[in-house]
Amino acid sequence: MFRFISMRLLQAIPVILVVITATFFLVRAAPGGPFDSEKPVTREVKAALEAQYKLDLPMFQQYTAYLGDLARGDLGPSFKYPGRSVNELIAAGFPVTAELGFYALLVALSIGGLAGIIAALRPNTAQDYIPMSAAMIGICMPSFLLGPLLVLVFGIYLDWLPVSGWGDIPGDKILPSITLGAGYAAYIARLGRAGMLEVLSQDYIRTARAKGLPEWQVVVKHSLRGGLIPVVAFLGPAFAGLLSGSFVVETIFQIPGLGRFYVQAAFNRDYTMILGTTVFLSVLIVLFNLLSDVLAAWMNPRLRAQFGDN
Amino acid sequence: MSSQTISDIAQAEQGTSLWKDAWLRLRKNRLAVFGLVTLCLFIIIALLTPWIAPYSYQAQNLELGASPPSAAHWLGTDIFGRDMLTQIMYGGRISLAVGFVATSVALLIGVTWGAVAGYVGGRADAVMMRLVDILYALPFMIFIVLLSVVFGRNMLLLFLAIGAVEWLTMARIMRGQVQSLRQQEFVEAAISLGLSPGTLIRRHLVPNALGPIIVYTTLTIPNVMLLEAFLSFLGLGIQPPQTSWGLLISYGAETMEEYPWLLIFPGLALTLTLFSLNFLGDGLRDALDVRGSKD
Repeated sequence: MFRFISMRLLQAIPVILVVITATFFLVRAAPGGPFDSEKPVTREVKAALEAQYKLDLPMFQQYTAYLGDLARGDLGPSFKYPGRSVNELIAAGFPVTAELGFYALLVALSIGGLAGIIAALRPNTAQDYIPMSAAMIGICMPSFLLGPLLVLVFGIYLDWLPVSGWGDIPGDKILPSITLGAGYAAYIARLGRAGMLEVLSQDYIRTARAKGLPEWQVVVKHSLRGGLIPVVAFLGPAFAGLLSGSFVVETIFQIPGLGRFYVQAAFNRDYTMILGTTVFLSVLIVLFNLLSDVLAAWMNPRLRAQFGDN
Repeated sequence: MSSQTISDIAQAEQGTSLWKDAWLRLRKNRLAVFGLVTLCLFIIIALLTPWIAPYSYQAQNLELGASPPSAAHWLGTDIFGRDMLTQIMYGGRISLAVGFVATSVALLIGVTWGAVAGYVGGRADAVMMRLVDILYALPFMIFIVLLSVVFGRNMLLLFLAIGAVEWLTMARIMRGQVQSLRQQEFVEAAISLGLSPGTLIRRHLVPNALGPIIVYTTLTIPNVMLLEAFLSFLGLGIQPPQTSWGLLISYGAETMEEYPWLLIFPGLALTLTLFSLNFLGDGLRDALDVRGSKD
């Protein structure tokens, strides 16, 4: 297991380096300097600004300087919000996004997991078709459509739930969490169903039934762990999807999270903010992929044996 | 009998019966047929839009403003009095075009990359697939937002960026197919009968890998259309005066309180299309008996 983790950790390093390098040069290749669109400044002021932000150095030195700053955890200043650093903006926005993502994941895992298991227990019956049709709707209904529709029905027509904000009024976290989580619930339901069906057809399940175990024990004790491996392996990609999904959901519900900052930075062409946030989110996603791979491997006895369990 | 004729006959017989079988199986799947019919209908409408749209794309009627569905405007009008059906038809042209063109880009890159890696094998394969692994781990949604910032909001670029994101799975599937096919006896037989690599790939490898490719292509199009709609919704994708379903949904969401039909109809168009493509893809997977292409 240790070998597996360290191997995957080593594989993550080039990915992170590629992300940082590609983002850095993409942003630098963007047309126009960061101070071009502002009100005209004198050449001296511009030179001073560029010196302050190290833009007067040759490209490669800028790159190494940026890598050095990153190694110390410094993502640099924001070009659009003078006096504020990218670190501060991330520190302000990320906790909100993380909380939203956590609730969404909770929605996805509980609803999706349950639906998948229920469907797999009686395949090709109504008990299978109904949750799976609902899952198909969930997959085909993008969050930017589901969100406004939920607002329309529960926020405006029925007037049950608040339609915007985060933590201001009780209940305003419900609609955003459902909007963000619904699509993943649908994927998890399909993955869970497929995984459970696979496991339930195995010989050791037949053995468990043959020795007279009650059905709930067969399901809970013998099948769940194996059947849900695909779901756990999906959590890494799902995490990446939740973060980018938060761009839309935070925009719809006016939540002051990192996703909304990112979209605003994209509109304002706040290059350092884009660069910093991209690097931050990417590293986070790579680490989460790693975590979900390790977890899935740990749940899979065959893989564990392959790398020596210790 | 020469080796060429033997392989010809075998190929021809197996080929027709396989596809005929698949078609028969697909026809029995009602949801897949529904998907196929709906999709064909939408494509035909999209192709004919300039001639059959009830109003001209730019026609406004400011005095009318936003009006609910009526005999004159089946799907109502937006706040500028533009006919919603016309808007959705023109938006669909763009949404479908992005879906098909970007998927073709992904198909071309992915199949070539995967086939070469799988066929050549060895160190080249290791390097090529390692690259795919690295790209796979990148958060592409974020990169597409980044690209749209760096290069401006240009539709051609959107096609390319989305296509460049979606080729990775295609490459993996193609490589896996080619690798497992290479170990099969009929390929060994073909090699020992003296077929050249080109003929081998054309006659045996590609036709046998076609099933998974078709299935995965069908399932990639809805992903691509979703990406486009996602970006357009954020205002980073298709730009006015052009329109797409994602953009129409984003306008509709702004005014849904007063004019819910402006959100519901474009939403319905997008959801119905995604539904059809997913059902068709699932049906094709069952009909062609493809496993492990997705999920």
